[in-house]
Amino acid sequence: MRQTKDALLRGLLWASAAVSVGILVLIVGFIFYKGIGYISFDFIFGDYSPTGGGGILPMIVTTIYTIAISLIIATPLGILAAVYLQEYAKQGRLVNMIRFATESLTGIPSIIYGLFGAVFFVATLKLGMSIIAASLTLTIIVLPVIIRTTEEALKTVPAAYREGSLALGTTKLQTLYKVILPSAMPGILSGIILSIGRIVGESAAIFLTAGTVAAMPDSIFSSARTLTVHSYLVTQESGDIGLAAAVGIVLIVLIFAINMTATFISKKLNKADF
Amino acid sequence: MKVLKKTWLSAAILSSLLLAACGGDEQEAGSATNSGGETIAISGSTSVGPLAEKLAAEHSEQTDVNIEVNQIGSSAGITNAINGVSDIGMSSRDLKDEEAAQLDQTIIAYDGIVVVAHPSNPVKDLTMEQVKQIFTGEVTNWKQLGGKDMEIVVVSREDGSGSRDAFQEIVGYESGQLIRNAIVASGNGNIKTTVATNKHAVGFISFEYVDETISTFNINGVEPIADNVLNNSYALARPFLFVHTEEALTQQGQQFIDFILSSDGQDIVEAAGAIRLD
Amino acid sequence: MTSPVDTTKTDITKANKRKYAMEKVSSKIFLICALLSVFSLVLIVGFVFYKGATPFVAGGYSFIDFIFGSDWVPSEDKFGIWPMIVASLYATVGALIIGVPIGLFTAIFLAEIAPKSVARILSPAIQLLAGIPSVLYGVFGLAIIVPFLQNNLGLARGQSLIAVIIVLAIMMLPTIVTVCETAIRAVPKTYREGSLALGASQIGTIFKVIVPAAKSGILAAIVLGLGRAIGETMAVILVAGNALIIPTSLTDSVRPLTTNIALEMGYAAGTHQEMLFATGIVLFSFILILNFVLAKIAKGGQ
Repeated sequence: MRQTKDALLRGLLWASAAVSVGILVLIVGFIFYKGIGYISFDFIFGDYSPTGGGGILPMIVTTIYTIAISLIIATPLGILAAVYLQEYAKQGRLVNMIRFATESLTGIPSIIYGLFGAVFFVATLKLGMSIIAASLTLTIIVLPVIIRTTEEALKTVPAAYREGSLALGTTKLQTLYKVILPSAMPGILSGIILSIGRIVGESAAIFLTAGTVAAMPDSIFSSARTLTVHSYLVTQESGDIGLAAAVGIVLIVLIFAINMTATFISKKLNKADF
Repeated sequence: MKVLKKTWLSAAILSSLLLAACGGDEQEAGSATNSGGETIAISGSTSVGPLAEKLAAEHSEQTDVNIEVNQIGSSAGITNAINGVSDIGMSSRDLKDEEAAQLDQTIIAYDGIVVVAHPSNPVKDLTMEQVKQIFTGEVTNWKQLGGKDMEIVVVSREDGSGSRDAFQEIVGYESGQLIRNAIVASGNGNIKTTVATNKHAVGFISFEYVDETISTFNINGVEPIADNVLNNSYALARPFLFVHTEEALTQQGQQFIDFILSSDGQDIVEAAGAIRLD
Repeated sequence: MTSPVDTTKTDITKANKRKYAMEKVSSKIFLICALLSVFSLVLIVGFVFYKGATPFVAGGYSFIDFIFGSDWVPSEDKFGIWPMIVASLYATVGALIIGVPIGLFTAIFLAEIAPKSVARILSPAIQLLAGIPSVLYGVFGLAIIVPFLQNNLGLARGQSLIAVIIVLAIMMLPTIVTVCETAIRAVPKTYREGSLALGASQIGTIFKVIVPAAKSGILAAIVLGLGRAIGETMAVILVAGNALIIPTSLTDSVRPLTTNIALEMGYAAGTHQEMLFATGIVLFSFILILNFVLAKIAKGGQ
């Protein structure tokens, strides 16, 4: 009886994994199949041409700008905030409420952040439709993600590590940076990767704060178009699935490259610490 | 503070890697700023946008002027032009009275709206009255129009779209009368894809987007082509507008408009699939 | 006059003082970061509520009519979002019913059952897929799922509730798998060993010991997945059909709350725009309630 049940559950586990992997392979396969014909050196490194046949370099540059700026602000802010909530704050009602709030905020549709950005950063702070306005909006979008994943990672650090370190006479801060953060680093990094995914994948909020100018940005105060916004506009306006998929290929490769970098850094950090 | 430094460090490494990846372009962009002259900010209709981009690219090549085109929808473009966020707004519908009171408008081109269906649909002619009946839900089966016995799936643009406003005004129904279960698509391309892949569907798109993946309807027996718009026999037509306040229009902006109205500019209009003025 | 012993003493005192000062300063920095984060988040919520409440407080619109009204015609001043509330609920619940079990089981498979070499390839690959822009899932839905529903199942409208549910379920899979897997891997080895030593089977250990131990992480995964599903806009716009009816079957075209905001925000001004903010408040309240319920479940289980 128990064996049949075990076998059944085991079968379900295998089947679920097969379904997940199958679907995801199907999607990536579809994007590559539809888009690969468009990919060429000129497509990736050529300047955009409104008459068609041009490249997507301006969108790639814009995307990289938004990722870099939002992460530079959101990562330290988010990690330190999570450290405070998890390690320093007196665990009680207030902290629970803050935690509950950040948790809920990960669920706010990004279009609302976008609208806030369009009114607050673009109009009130007079940044105009620009890369910087979009990046600040994105910072707020990923902040809850980073706080939450960092907290989750800090939670998984066994209490014995903390106690052991403190018992050796170290201060709280020393324990934090010598023991807790290093062992939580992989979790924190996966949070950052999730954030990059959210930034790269965001379209609605960027659409409202950075605009849709299809040209190489002069500076971070220029209005510009990210890859995702480009792929969205291509689908919406010209209905060109192949071109949208081609932009998708570039996006996937970009995300892959960032992931590899993050994994590499994470490995280096771990080696250095132990 | 070592690990904190490390956190910063890894962020810094990550970002410097990212920036290094695009370092070359930054320089390019930098030099462009130095040599570049004024910037004209244009925003508005997604139907006018592709055409405006093409015009801007050509004009920028000839002069030193930098032109930013943002496709955010007619109403938003008009609002931007009124409150000065943009130098020029683009609209694919006529201005409302209160908007017209605050803005100068220039017609830069005409555009036709085409009623489209799946290529396999045998129905090729509709009267304006039938179009209205379809979109308001009085007629719900292609059989009633001489086609196959199939449900009609209506595809419309979103409430507030310049194309939808113009279409409804000409056909003669209000937003509230649109059949409830109509699919609402948020762009010309989206309507085209939806109709091209659905045998039941009927929708409307701008002339610029017509290709062989969809079939077009003659309205009241008139073929949807540019000539018929110009001789006023095809009724589903609308202007493409550039709008601006008197004070916001710079000399460069005026030059750009002059360029569009010149015969060179109108050649681009025609090549883009819209209808030239002359 | 000071003896060498005294010097070391004062040095140590000094070093200690510096250490304590550092301790204090850093804890203040952490506090400031936390406050800054909280402040920016509060600012957004306040802004959305302020904008969204305006038509009901100052404009004389009825909130009840807004929630339960079935007509949404902004150009005729009719704002009722009941069809969208129903659509959002159906779509999200449907996606969870499909996505959570498959995602969780996949995570268990990767963490506990799969050979190490397989997991080492699949886990990062799936993590990578969490980063695929949602627009691309929408493109996939529009190009593959919608035509499939039309041609193989004979629906008049491929853009339907079922298409939304499928796209959302697929979209939340990578998130759920990744976070669940992390949580399951974080369960201490001793739990596993203890259970196995007591004679439990591998499968029994997984479902009786490991999954309950990883519950907090799994719930976090569900919340994140839920957030992704209910907040998803661009992929949904492409496959929902966005029709303004109260769905009565899986094959009806629907307009979820997010789609309503995204479709019309570009064009909206004045009261219309504020009503879209109000739509945002409703959406936000859903997420709040769901999170609250999940938090209660987590507590109740302990």
